[in-house]
Amino acid sequence: MKNLADLRKIKEKAKMEMASREKNVKYRVVVAMGTCGIAAGARNVMSALVDEIGTRSLKNTVITQTGCLGYCDQEPLVQVFEQGRPCITYGKVTPEVARKIVADHIVGNKVLSDYVFKQN
Amino acid sequence: MHRLHVLVAMDSHTIAQGARSVRDTLVKELALAELTDEVKVVETGSLGIYNKGVVLVIFPDNVYYANVTVLDVTEIISEHFKKGRVVDRLIYKQAPADQDIKVDELDPRFGKQQRVVLKNAGVIDPESIEEYIAHDGYEALGKALTEQKPDQVLAIVKDSGIQGRGGAFFPTGVKWGFTAKTQSDVKYIICNADEGEPGTFKDRLILEGDPHAIIEGMALSGYAVGASRGFIYIRGEYKMSIARMQRAIEQAREHGLLGNNIFDSDFDFDIEIREGAGAYVCGEETALIESIEGKRGEPRDKPPFPGVVGLWGKPTVVNNVETLANLPQILLNGAGWYKKLGIPDNPGTKVFTMVGNINNPGLIEVPMGITLREIIYDIGQGIPDGKGFLFAQLGGTTGGILTAKHLDLPLSVSSLREIGAGMGSGALLVVDDSQCVVDMVKNFVEFFNHESCGKCTLCREGTGRLLEILEKLSAGKGSVKDLSLIKELSETMMRGAFCGLGQAAPIPILGCLRYFEQEFIRHAKDKVCRAGVCHLETAAEIKAA
Repeated sequence: MKNLADLRKIKEKAKMEMASREKNVKYRVVVAMGTCGIAAGARNVMSALVDEIGTRSLKNTVITQTGCLGYCDQEPLVQVFEQGRPCITYGKVTPEVARKIVADHIVGNKVLSDYVFKQN
Repeated sequence: MHRLHVLVAMDSHTIAQGARSVRDTLVKELALAELTDEVKVVETGSLGIYNKGVVLVIFPDNVYYANVTVLDVTEIISEHFKKGRVVDRLIYKQAPADQDIKVDELDPRFGKQQRVVLKNAGVIDPESIEEYIAHDGYEALGKALTEQKPDQVLAIVKDSGIQGRGGAFFPTGVKWGFTAKTQSDVKYIICNADEGEPGTFKDRLILEGDPHAIIEGMALSGYAVGASRGFIYIRGEYKMSIARMQRAIEQAREHGLLGNNIFDSDFDFDIEIREGAGAYVCGEETALIESIEGKRGEPRDKPPFPGVVGLWGKPTVVNNVETLANLPQILLNGAGWYKKLGIPDNPGTKVFTMVGNINNPGLIEVPMGITLREIIYDIGQGIPDGKGFLFAQLGGTTGGILTAKHLDLPLSVSSLREIGAGMGSGALLVVDDSQCVVDMVKNFVEFFNHESCGKCTLCREGTGRLLEILEKLSAGKGSVKDLSLIKELSETMMRGAFCGLGQAAPIPILGCLRYFEQEFIRHAKDKVCRAGVCHLETAAEIKAA
């Protein structure tokens, strides 16, 4: 390490890895992981989300999970909470759709209306 | 990228309660569940939560699990990590996931706390230099070395008004000033981590929770005074502090943050660890220096002070762990920021370890000027089992005695001095009314008698005779005359003992005697122990013997 720029490089990288511990994030992506969700493939959706957000180094996003949302026939369900905006719930999400959610909704700030299950 | 971070609080307390096996089981079970890529297990320092066994914090869910054992691990993994169902029975405190919640707000005891020194403890992995850097680590050092001159750093520290947190509260900037203006080819920085005051363990938890802050603080102080070598004198019993510190030093060297030409400047600095061998007196700075030199740990004559003639006769700054841990924050946020914390006479915060008869014992950091009532009843949540408050001892065994009438006194160096007490090293012992004052004092004196190094007569003989008198009193063989003897001996020791040990030992004795004289008289005259702690022999028993 030779200068402050080197230090900040390490800092940015480490901050990225610690993003899940950050409480002031913009997006919170929640995967419904009840028995129904898991049976419908929520684990693969989760892995796709983790991978996509990791590769894109999105610092403002955390992924978390929840239980059954009560719409078992629509599983796997993915909810995107954005600070100050209504929550968007996507239904029948496949790993491919999950990657699209990251690319279009979180990075592109555009809701994927084709896959929206419920908006409230 | 890990979607879940599991923080395992790993300090000597939680390790004693099985944190290490919980961590190992977690890692093993996560591998079996094929979740290693998704869930990261992070070791962190003290969360300041005590009496709650092994504590885990799950991010980003903000869930705190307490009293976790290895038997709970598979349930946590299969329910929480896989299915997102929080294990209710283990919950310590849960915050709504979509709210901005700080760790401090989760813990009921954090309300009146203010964390500067403990900012990273329980938040980062102390064995990862990257996590320290992510929390602004080494930024202050980088700025100082590239943008500031040594005298500018010294001026900021002077201006901040920070005072030595080892207990003496001597202005750190002034102390540095002596060393800075002394011409010498070699100067040294020593971190005094020989924490030996009974009931005090704040330095240990700072060292275990945020070791890089000490390194950065030492390097900053080295730059300000022109020293290029540092020693950390850690008591040998602090195995974990030593291991974490050693690791942090190696990491800092690998990153070029210790060694030659740090940040491409002409400043060289390196640190070595020296282990203490368990002598209480070695916390005294000149005895500590003797010990580093390989001699018997006995205090030196002052003056000359170590700032001018210290280690191997060279100018040496000796600073406490907590003082050093404050420095990066002061240089990052400025002297004005620091002055706003605490009170004008004593800026900043103070870290305390709260022990004894208290509902919520543990490690706390509070602004100076807080009252004892706030600490004991708000942060500590009062005294257990409906018992009453008898007294508190502030600052370790040599600390002064505070009684119920002092509960609303704002704690500062001068307010404490007025009542014959001091802030001391940061131990707060709370004593309830089921304890006997005479027995407590006997206990204090036993300790001093054991730890007296024997160099001066007043301390060596004084503590011995005091112990004899107190043993007599608590056995029912004393007389009222003994009380004036205690006073006389104590006052002589305070005036004439060679170092801080003998001078400070009488403080709690005289304090207890002043506030609880009746209790001593009852032991001497009526042969009655109010609390029923002392076994007082009756006249008949004495005669029969």
